[in-house]
Amino acid sequence: MANEAVLTKNFGTKNSHTLGVYEQGGGYKALKKALTGMKPEAVMAEVDKSGLRGRGGAGFPTGKKWSFIPKDSPKPKYLTVNADEGEPGTYKDRPLMELDPHAVIEGSIITCYAVGIHSAFIYVRGEYVKSVQRLNDAINEAYAGGYLGKNILNTGFDLDIVVHRGAGAYICGEETGLLESLEGKKGQPRMKPPFPAIVGAFQGPTVINNVETMAAIPPIVNNGGEWFNNLGAPGVGGGLKLYPISGHVKKPGVYELPMGTTLRDIIYKHAGGIRDDKKLKAVIPGGSSAPVLRADEIDVKMDYNSLAAIKTMLGSGAIIVMDEDTNMVKTLKVLLKFYAHESCGKCTPCREGTGWMDRIMTRIVKGNGHISDLDTILSISNTIDGKTLCPMGQAAIGPSISFITKFRNEFEDYIRKGRTN
Amino acid sequence: MNKVEFSKKTLDKFKSVIAKYPEKGAALLPTLWLAQQEFSVLTPEVEEYVAGLVGVSPVRVQEVRSFYTMYTARPLGKYHLQLCTNITCSLLGAEELLEHLKKRLKVNCGETTSDKKFTLSAVECLGHCGTGPVIQINDDFHESLTRESLDKLLDSLK
Ligand SMILES: Cc1cc2nc3c(=O)[nH]c(=O)nc-3n(C[C@H](O)[C@H](O)[C@H](O)COP(=O)(O)O)c2cc1C
Ligand code: SF4
Ligand code: FES
Repeated sequence: MANEAVLTKNFGTKNSHTLGVYEQGGGYKALKKALTGMKPEAVMAEVDKSGLRGRGGAGFPTGKKWSFIPKDSPKPKYLTVNADEGEPGTYKDRPLMELDPHAVIEGSIITCYAVGIHSAFIYVRGEYVKSVQRLNDAINEAYAGGYLGKNILNTGFDLDIVVHRGAGAYICGEETGLLESLEGKKGQPRMKPPFPAIVGAFQGPTVINNVETMAAIPPIVNNGGEWFNNLGAPGVGGGLKLYPISGHVKKPGVYELPMGTTLRDIIYKHAGGIRDDKKLKAVIPGGSSAPVLRADEIDVKMDYNSLAAIKTMLGSGAIIVMDEDTNMVKTLKVLLKFYAHESCGKCTPCREGTGWMDRIMTRIVKGNGHISDLDTILSISNTIDGKTLCPMGQAAIGPSISFITKFRNEFEDYIRKGRTN
Repeated sequence: MNKVEFSKKTLDKFKSVIAKYPEKGAALLPTLWLAQQEFSVLTPEVEEYVAGLVGVSPVRVQEVRSFYTMYTARPLGKYHLQLCTNITCSLLGAEELLEHLKKRLKVNCGETTSDKKFTLSAVECLGHCGTGPVIQINDDFHESLTRESLDKLLDSLK
């Protein structure tokens, strides 16, 4: 059965990134409907009903997040759209921005209307030059078309959107690191509370939402929250999700599927199974920070709760597939080098812990490891656990703990062989 | 040395950028981008100029410039080769490609060839994992690399 395409429906259309084509496909209808026929509270209610949870990684219910923004604020309120897409394995927001930038913009305008915001920023990672261009072009078209600026669609609602380009730092994807970076500072996360909903960008109350979250808003407004919720797998709900899958599969790509599709189905039915028909060894189900799963754990449904129940997470939904020939020791080394490199250095457990784990893994890979190094890494991980300023510390120990506990024999073999030759 | 100053065109761009933010200091990242486009290298003199434009201290500019990997304080080759060596690309053979590049160009990561044509860097995930291994050369991405396709690509760069 062909799956319904909602977020990806325009991807195959020629010039899908232009306003004319977007409008022909029903674009900006949702905006008209919301602005001319719905109160802000009614928009929020539909988003609540939709079961939409943030697609950036933490999975916070979107409607609820919006409801935390104070109605009356002496300071201006802001929306910042998180287009930093730095979580290794994740490449789903880029096609949305390149192929359907108006969907991201329409979703952002509706969000601002619902929350009472008149200024929005889209924070795009520095490497995504084409996304920046496409968004800027689309924003210019939207201004010219009366969808942005003053008195949008003659309803009296005003909104400006600015694209802000990052400059290479994974930590700027963390919401408060992003705010610092937006304000022209080093992207070092802030202490919470206060939460961004109260004190965010430029000290104003701020909504931070992922690109995919924004793109889901227009269809929810068009068809209703209940409709979207029902697109999720039976008993799961929560709509459709973009699953970018990469690694040793025959057909890597971004698949739009019901929330709660099983990991097995995504790998074998949609992505064509393992390359060269090899055996599956391991899968990371939600971007590099999600604890790894063994091949016997893939009958899990890909949704927030089902993955949490087996001690991993949906994260960004990015699936990284490893076949039987994968060297888990070297793979963990790659990941720990990444976290050590990207730790912003603001708090000790993360800064020192990630660096230390990286140095130990370097030694192990070179063949100079000790079996006791494995317990040292686990103990460093436990020291990081829950003791860092931002969730990046947690992100780094997802791989370290899971790789070593689930593939301990392979690590021990590697260390023993390394030390004998 | 010539006085560090934006051209009229860049200065106009700067003015429209700074007007978009509720606080001047927020224009620092975009202004550093403009400066890097104009001067190629963000030297201490450039940092000081940017500081004056944006109205923050030179030390803050230096701090910010050095925090982000895409700003450069040293000259790069004509082509900046940035090979992703993160998880998916490495599962698909990026490490071998990196070794190959080092040998072919006779440089290590972070170095520039003596003819100033290529600078080699190993970088983190570039968000093109579905078509890895991937390399970013200046602003362009080249995907699904093999040793052969990478060689061909380098040969085509004049
Ligand atoms: C280290 C780190 C990196 C993150 N990177 C991203 C990112 O690249 N893109 C993103 O949307 N969210 C990222 N997040 C999650 C954000 O902090 C935030 O939860 C999200 O943008 C909120 O939007 P949502 O509710 O729509 O998901 C990251 C979080 C952490 C801790
Ligand atoms: S946990 Fe790591 S990334 Fe987050 S604030 Fe601390 S040092 Fe920075
Ligand atoms: S891992 Fe190389 S692009 Fe993502």
